[in-house]
Amino acid sequence: MALSHLAASASRSSSLLKPLSSALSLRRPISGDNSPLTVETSVPFTSHQCEAPSRSVETNPKELLTFFRDMALMRRMEIAADSLYKAKLIRGFCHLYDGQEAVAVGMEAAITKKDCIITAYRDHCTFVSRGGTLLEVFAELMGRQAGCSKGKGGSMHFYKKDSNFYGGHGIVGAQVPLGCGLAFAQKYSKDETVTFALYGDGAANQGQLFEALNISALWDLPAILVCENNHYGMGTAEWRAAKSPAYYKRGDYVPGLKVDGMDALAVKQACKFAKEHALKNGPIILEMDTYRYHGHSMSDPGSTYRTRDEISGVRQERDPIERIRKLILSHDLATEKELKDVEKEVRKEVDDAIAQAKESPMPEPSELFTNVYAKGLGVESFGADRKEVRATLP
Amino acid sequence: MLGQSLLKIRPAISVLRSYSSAAKQMTVREALNSALDEEMSADPKVFLMGEEVGEYQGAYKISKGLLEKYGPERVLDTPITEAGFAGIGVGAAYYGLKPVVEFMTFNFSMQAIDHIINSAAKSNYMSAGQMSVPIVFRGPNGAAAGVGAQHSQCYASWYASCPGLKVLSPYSSEDARGLLKAAIRDPDPVVFLENELLYGESFPVSDEVLDSSFCLPIGKAKIERKGKDVTITAFSKMVGYALKAAEILEKEGIDAEVINLRSIRPLDRSTINASVRKTNRLITVEEGFPQHGVGAEICASVVEESFAYLDAPVERIAGADVPMPYAANLERMAVPQVEDIVRAAKRACYRVVPLAAAA
Repeated sequence: MALSHLAASASRSSSLLKPLSSALSLRRPISGDNSPLTVETSVPFTSHQCEAPSRSVETNPKELLTFFRDMALMRRMEIAADSLYKAKLIRGFCHLYDGQEAVAVGMEAAITKKDCIITAYRDHCTFVSRGGTLLEVFAELMGRQAGCSKGKGGSMHFYKKDSNFYGGHGIVGAQVPLGCGLAFAQKYSKDETVTFALYGDGAANQGQLFEALNISALWDLPAILVCENNHYGMGTAEWRAAKSPAYYKRGDYVPGLKVDGMDALAVKQACKFAKEHALKNGPIILEMDTYRYHGHSMSDPGSTYRTRDEISGVRQERDPIERIRKLILSHDLATEKELKDVEKEVRKEVDDAIAQAKESPMPEPSELFTNVYAKGLGVESFGADRKEVRATLP
Repeated sequence: MLGQSLLKIRPAISVLRSYSSAAKQMTVREALNSALDEEMSADPKVFLMGEEVGEYQGAYKISKGLLEKYGPERVLDTPITEAGFAGIGVGAAYYGLKPVVEFMTFNFSMQAIDHIINSAAKSNYMSAGQMSVPIVFRGPNGAAAGVGAQHSQCYASWYASCPGLKVLSPYSSEDARGLLKAAIRDPDPVVFLENELLYGESFPVSDEVLDSSFCLPIGKAKIERKGKDVTITAFSKMVGYALKAAEILEKEGIDAEVINLRSIRPLDRSTINASVRKTNRLITVEEGFPQHGVGAEICASVVEESFAYLDAPVERIAGADVPMPYAANLERMAVPQVEDIVRAAKRACYRVVPLAAAA
């Protein structure tokens, strides 16, 4: 069945559908198995100061089905957050990741939870790929106790230290030196692990990034700088912000790789390559060519600086979920109905998590004064009227 | 003749009043160096990072000998990129290491202030306790001598206003040792404000202070000189000036109590208020700019907690409200002098004309 989908043409979508080897001719159960499968990436990698890895990516049905499920979950989660924001249950800032899911899932597939990830404020999906639950996401977005930061952080401040996810940062570019610091600590501790520091095309021009990259290269830190290039820094297109938008080359003496960020398998291959490189040779830059369907945040319609045709064009040609769907169907790893059922399941999971999150209470008033310090020393802190509201910090 | 010998004896007595049977003398530089050495020896997670801290032995020789002893993995010379290396330090602290990040002076910390405040100070709160940041940012703060406007600012007030930071400022060698050790051991981000002109000053240190387990509590001020007529608060170099002012005031019959704050955040409000409730008069002394300064906070605290006990308005002595000039005479006018503190104390005691000394 799968073989009948093969085409010999050189077009991009066909190379997607053309496995180099396949162990399957029968349809497997929806959960998939680990029998190896090799798939070619949509486009070859472009490299700077290094040899690009092969376009042929080792995968298996289980992994592909997991990619599909995880990305569908993330997509659904972000769209649900959009509705919650419009219903005023989420306040302040809300930066959505739909369209960029392949970067989160592809990266996770290449590494372990002992490797570190740090990103900026578009962090909901990265948090989930590091093991965060939907309840923690929605409760945090709505400022409730069950949130990953107990309601005290908000959308931009998700953390999961036990799986080495270090946030969640609101200041553009700050996360890059922080990530290089994580890499420093990993090397200092001889952990043989790496850090992925994610940033956008807007942050790519930040001076502190180059300061941290210089130090990382000098000290051979296992730091992987990942530019999630969605081509717009808020409302400013990359060509209006960067003299050189070839972000994978901006490291100069630091090698770089340009990756199709809408292809989860390409992301996985690049991250695997980067990890091996960083452990031996120090920092490397990965530029993920990706796209966000939403505007910069919920206060940005995203259509004043981009055409609707552009957005729908990407959705039609490059959507990461559709790519995996086609791959799964062409290899006969599942039926269309089964995949639709997964999407329905995932939708239900999201709806259930939202319902549960809505039940979670807001933090106790006393929580205003907790966690100011790790060790409060019994000092006093004050509310707006210090004669009325005082607390002793534990 | 007798008066002259009394004058000579008094300073020695006042020193002995402050320090218990002290045998050894130690400079502040030696105090900081030994504290760093001992803490690095005790905990392999502690490391030092900054410009010239390694091969140069430290811009002010505070880290002398440490590179040789601990090696280049733990004593790291950085490029001149404060934003970069401060951020790297905070990231290392996120992971669980205990960095000591040196700013050559705190004027340069402004390049890295986003990491100190947004990446370090606020993280434990924003993450509801997941991300503690056991980092120390240290270096010289405030005016040196003749270094001009861009190299002379005092940052105590700015950093101390920020919840999530602890801000310490030592005066003596005992302070330097005890507070730096406490800062390195503390799980929260600490801004440690030293003073370049104090590095070479010698202070007596007891055996207790010399012990490697010695540590001072964070958030507790020290009463350097007990008195009953007027309270003078100060920190860092100004403590020395306040003590000199107290000697002069004593000759004029005013018995000043000098409080060495040691900790700017948390501020030891209870010690300050207890003192003011005893003396009923307060002078705050600081080197930094007067507006929104440390003295302003102390004054507000005393007005809130001990208003009924004040017999006179609170007096503030601070740096002049101008960028630091270079010319020696103008520079002298831009920083508090001992006579400024004396004059303010007399104003608080309603003494306009100095009385004859009570023998």
